[in-house]
Amino acid sequence: MYTLTGLELKNPTILAAGILGTTGASLCRAAREGGAGAVVTKSIGPMPKTGHPNPSMVRLDCGFLNAMGLPNPSYPGFLQELEIAKKDSGVPVIASIFGGTVAEFTEVAEGLLPGKPDVFELNVSCPHAEGYGAAVGTNPCLVEAITAAVKDVVNVPVWVKLTPNVSDITCVGTAAESGGADAVVAINTLKGMAIDIESGYPVLGNRSGGLSGKAVKPVAVKCVYDLYTALEIPIIGVGGVSSWQDAVEMMMAGASAVQIGSAVYDRIDIFSEISIGIEAFLQRKGYSNVKRLIGLSHEMV
Amino acid sequence: MLPLNATIVRITEESPSVRTFFFDLEFETMEPGQFVMVWVRSVDEVPMGLSRKNSITVQKVGEATSKLFELKEGDSFGLRGPFGRVFSLPSKGEKILIIAGGVGSAPLAPYADAACAVGSKVDTILGARSADDLIFEERFAAAGEVYVSTDDGSKGTKGFVTDILSRLDVLLYDRIAVCGPEIMMASVFRLLEDRKVLEKAEFSLHRYFKCGIGVCGACCIDRSGLRVCKDGPVFSGVQLLDSELGRYTRDASGRRVKI
Repeated sequence: MYTLTGLELKNPTILAAGILGTTGASLCRAAREGGAGAVVTKSIGPMPKTGHPNPSMVRLDCGFLNAMGLPNPSYPGFLQELEIAKKDSGVPVIASIFGGTVAEFTEVAEGLLPGKPDVFELNVSCPHAEGYGAAVGTNPCLVEAITAAVKDVVNVPVWVKLTPNVSDITCVGTAAESGGADAVVAINTLKGMAIDIESGYPVLGNRSGGLSGKAVKPVAVKCVYDLYTALEIPIIGVGGVSSWQDAVEMMMAGASAVQIGSAVYDRIDIFSEISIGIEAFLQRKGYSNVKRLIGLSHEMV
Repeated sequence: MLPLNATIVRITEESPSVRTFFFDLEFETMEPGQFVMVWVRSVDEVPMGLSRKNSITVQKVGEATSKLFELKEGDSFGLRGPFGRVFSLPSKGEKILIIAGGVGSAPLAPYADAACAVGSKVDTILGARSADDLIFEERFAAAGEVYVSTDDGSKGTKGFVTDILSRLDVLLYDRIAVCGPEIMMASVFRLLEDRKVLEKAEFSLHRYFKCGIGVCGACCIDRSGLRVCKDGPVFSGVQLLDSELGRYTRDASGRRVKI
């Protein structure tokens, strides 16, 4: 057990937003069968959205491309799922939310409060939904305003998930911190696309989308490393983590915990596998606890 | 994998609303019950059960399938797969019962072929709205006995597959494989539950898919949280106990929709 922004986590692996997070039952399965230390819901917005047409996700040699388009049943539609996750998952449940404006963010946050999420994670980083996500998350002033506004209306920690599709991620991270964020989550997917050369059509229904998986891990490690230097608040590392070695590396760069997304493709109990691997590594190295790893590489000069 | 390019080599009309599209790829590793994601370029990508190693059998129901029906021999679409868990194959001498409704015949016909090939005895209950809507009757007949039901009585028993099923001694069968409209599958499920034979029954489910590869979670069923695209689409009857089967499904936004 250790504490992250006031949450008690049994291990530092967290199910990332948008992965197996559409239903309460699925979130419970990621926790119980998968072994996740906490779970993040699908990003929930003010209105029901069906998302982009398919193909919405394809596997590449180097990772995955997706453009889901923030499909969600809206906060009234999601409340019962959140309640199921809270009741039966046995782990902290983090509500990922999005909006196009400050008012929409607070509307969704307040709307989900009755479901008692343990944390709100603000999605200001989805790279492929017009008017949402990275459309707001590349503007530091807006990120600060949204963070501050949500902090005002909720009584639980607020994490802000950052996009790497900016020239300097620490500017947006600093804005989130100034707005009162309790932690930042880095990174969301990198902009990408694939083209079907037989027909010339872009493969994704949205034409382009976001890259995740192995290919983005070095980018995520660098972002986390830079954020660790720039910020006081904890960083949750996400991007291409698919083994305990990846998780340790992310923590040495400065992550207090890791989120795991695409790697559930291989196996749902990837969370257990990674947390067991981290524990074994700590023992082998003689480290007293997982906190010893956080930011370790910054000391190696 | 990126979608493979599949060129249509032949189209056969199975019923007024169902066509089989043969394509120039052969999925050698395909097992009965698996599906492919069919990409009708610029429109949508939808899951379809493979009716053979080189064919899909499609009912015209929505935008993507309507566009697919406009395609001619020589036209192409994209294919990803085969994906998903399969109907468990019987061993030689085992007796199996197939229960197929409408276009639910598509993934079950290759199962009948494969079961027959290993020397298993195959009985099929084949249901449809009318005689014209019966799909793959000859393929099932080639594998064994076929009991037909039609809603309008234009062929076989007038009524539903359950009217025939209720008269059969299900204890005689080693395995029961079911695919069809969800209302039908839910009725079959209840009947098999009453007869206490759910553990030897398998059902192929249909849900809205987004990623199709087990990552996004759009197709998870209650209360197990199992993914239809990866943990299914074929589930054992026991896995579906206390599930949403026959009660609700979800739309593309994740909202529950009553069946």
